Amino acid sequence: MPKRTPLYETHRALGARLIEFGGWEMPVQYTGILAEHQAVRTRAGLFDLSHMGEIEVAGPRSLDVCQELLVTDVAQVRLGQAQYSVLCDPEGGIVDDIIGYRVAEDRYLFCVNAANIEKDYDWMSTHNRGRADLINRSDEYALIAVQGPQASPIVQRLTTLDLTHLRRYWSVSGEVAGVSALVARTGYTGEDGFELFVPAQLSTAVWTACLDAGGKEGIAPVGLGARDTLRLEAGYLLYGNDIDAHTTPLEAGLQRLVKFAKEQFLGREALLRQQAIGISQQLIGLKMVEPGIPRHGYVLWHEERPVGRVTSGTQSPSLGMGIALGYVPPACATSGTELAVEIRNRRARAQVVPRPFFRRD
Amino acid sequence: MEFPKELRYSQEHEWVAVEENIATIGITDYAQEQLGDVVYVELPEMGAPVTKDEAFGVVESVKAVSDIYAPVSGTVVEINISLPDSPETVNDDPYGDAWMIRVEMSDLGELGDLMTADQYKKFVAEEQGEE
Repeated sequence: MPKRTPLYETHRALGARLIEFGGWEMPVQYTGILAEHQAVRTRAGLFDLSHMGEIEVAGPRSLDVCQELLVTDVAQVRLGQAQYSVLCDPEGGIVDDIIGYRVAEDRYLFCVNAANIEKDYDWMSTHNRGRADLINRSDEYALIAVQGPQASPIVQRLTTLDLTHLRRYWSVSGEVAGVSALVARTGYTGEDGFELFVPAQLSTAVWTACLDAGGKEGIAPVGLGARDTLRLEAGYLLYGNDIDAHTTPLEAGLQRLVKFAKEQFLGREALLRQQAIGISQQLIGLKMVEPGIPRHGYVLWHEERPVGRVTSGTQSPSLGMGIALGYVPPACATSGTELAVEIRNRRARAQVVPRPFFRRD
Repeated sequence: MEFPKELRYSQEHEWVAVEENIATIGITDYAQEQLGDVVYVELPEMGAPVTKDEAFGVVESVKAVSDIYAPVSGTVVEINISLPDSPETVNDDPYGDAWMIRVEMSDLGELGDLMTADQYKKFVAEEQGEE
């Protein structure tokens, strides 16, 4: 029996089509994926992301624990700041990708993938060795995102916080629609926007207030279908598709995150070794040159040889062509390299291109 | 949801309009609604043979790839060449501008296996009930 978010009945009332995702029954679309995608690119979209998990790391030794768990330098994260990072295992494989929010002097909140909540909590507990207070707050929080060029005026109408000074990858606590919230300027769409962590039992009020406040701008509820096309255009990775325990941050194009200057973190030795000998597969972006939609699992060819696979792919609504992420050997990972995607026993021409596919000017 | 009376329907949610020995084929209103936004259509070539209950083409929505099955056997004598360039037509006008192929039928007896509009309407209602 899949789990349901506190907004489940609200989605049903809005006529959403529901699917199972990561053990949750979630809206995949309300009116249609393309219309919802377009709403976020041109106006604003409202997302229920309450399936995502929240794990708190607190106490005087919380920084030490975060430094050991994450590949990034958490000491650089200031009060209120957020950081995208990954948890690695000792072999350098990715346990999860997260956003860590420093919500107090010695308190961090990790926003983790829905399907990984239990795994991450167990992993973190094992390596915490009793040093920090680890609390799985996933059931306490609902997460509502407002994303799009009009997100800022809409959320500003619901709070006395001054959002003009809230920079990207920063957060602030305050009331939104009369509900105490952690307001973060983060997102997964390639647009400006906010993610609102609110108490689960008050989430309906915040959701409804956002829909009402954004009526003039044409805010639309957006399901997981458009969330996927939006994130892929923006070049964001999806755990379970593009990264997992069999891929390392060096292979996944996340080397900028890995701070070897830190004396110790999980995966450090394996990643140092891999950096020295070189990677054998590398994440690439590609666009179709011929008609066809690349999909997860399709084989990538280079000069008549199979060289890798697509990990995520779709028809880009913004660009009007097929786009994908996948892995190939570094020798064929340079931008401009001609590849082919095997689609139903036919090889359709494609080209390696820089990511993101879509960037807001 | 529409179920035009003059058409015949398959269990795989294709419709057939028959004129003498020529069958015009497309996917139903219910099928397009289930698929969601159609973004890609792949059709066979002129002269290609099609066999009843076997895939002759593909429609892709943003989320999924679906085969289109031939409701009758025969030879493709006409294809809707504008459809691959405007796949959204499948959502907008499934029984009209989104016709896919015309087939010269090799066995008119196969038409007897297809459903009438009333039968198909009932079939869809049962399928929806199972969801």
